[in-house]
Amino acid sequence: MSKNNKIFVSCTDANHFCDKNQYKEATFWEKVKLNIHLIYCKACRKYSTTNNKLTKLVKNPKVISIDQSTKDMMKEQLKKKMSEG
Amino acid sequence: MSINTINPDTWVDKYSDYLFNFTIVRVNDKEIAQDLVQETFFAGLKSMKNFKGEASERTWLISILKRKIIDHYRKINSNKGKAEVRINYTSDGETEGDWLEERVADPFDQNAESEIENKELGVAIHNCIGKLPEKQAQIFKMKTIEGFDTEAICNVFDITASNLWVIIHRARTAMAECLEKNWF
Repeated sequence: MSKNNKIFVSCTDANHFCDKNQYKEATFWEKVKLNIHLIYCKACRKYSTTNNKLTKLVKNPKVISIDQSTKDMMKEQLKKKMSEG
Repeated sequence: MSINTINPDTWVDKYSDYLFNFTIVRVNDKEIAQDLVQETFFAGLKSMKNFKGEASERTWLISILKRKIIDHYRKINSNKGKAEVRINYTSDGETEGDWLEERVADPFDQNAESEIENKELGVAIHNCIGKLPEKQAQIFKMKTIEGFDTEAICNVFDITASNLWVIIHRARTAMAECLEKNWF
């Protein structure tokens, strides 16, 4: 924390912490700094809100994707068909 | 001159999730949806010559998929599937059989259809992912939907962690903007 011990961070850093936080990878200290930044920075508050919303949407169980093994199988079958045709 | 070209090698990576989400809200069964997507790819392959390049590849595949879904409902309504499902739906004699019109015809109502499409979250999200540059899309998907570690992704793509976060940041900004337009 020698270099990064400032309480007030730039917007770039704040956004970086916010992104990290979406994946629960921000450290405690980073979260504190992010929240202090959000108190006085309107733009980052907005970014933070949409970012949270996005995470919530993507986590929605209705959003599903085909798992990789099935995809590989599909690819293989498609290749087979292609060589037949 | 055709602007849109066709390339079946990339189909599964690029469109399968989008098509899958499109299908799942209509057939409500994972296995069937996967089969239908697969059949769509096959059908696309077969009629590749007919692709004029007027529409984008994805639009074209969706139009095939729609036909496949309709076929699927025709099939299950034509024989014993009919009897099986009817029992579950309602048991009093009066309304028996009514479900066929309600349930099956509705999703294919042409006027409502385009309206409905954008309101389906999974479709909307994969639609937006499809608009991202390829590398961003891949990394965003791995990180956010499939939940890989930062380190693992860095190794696969041979990039540094701060590099990854920049990509994620750009992807998230673009995604938020895209969803803002199409979903919120």
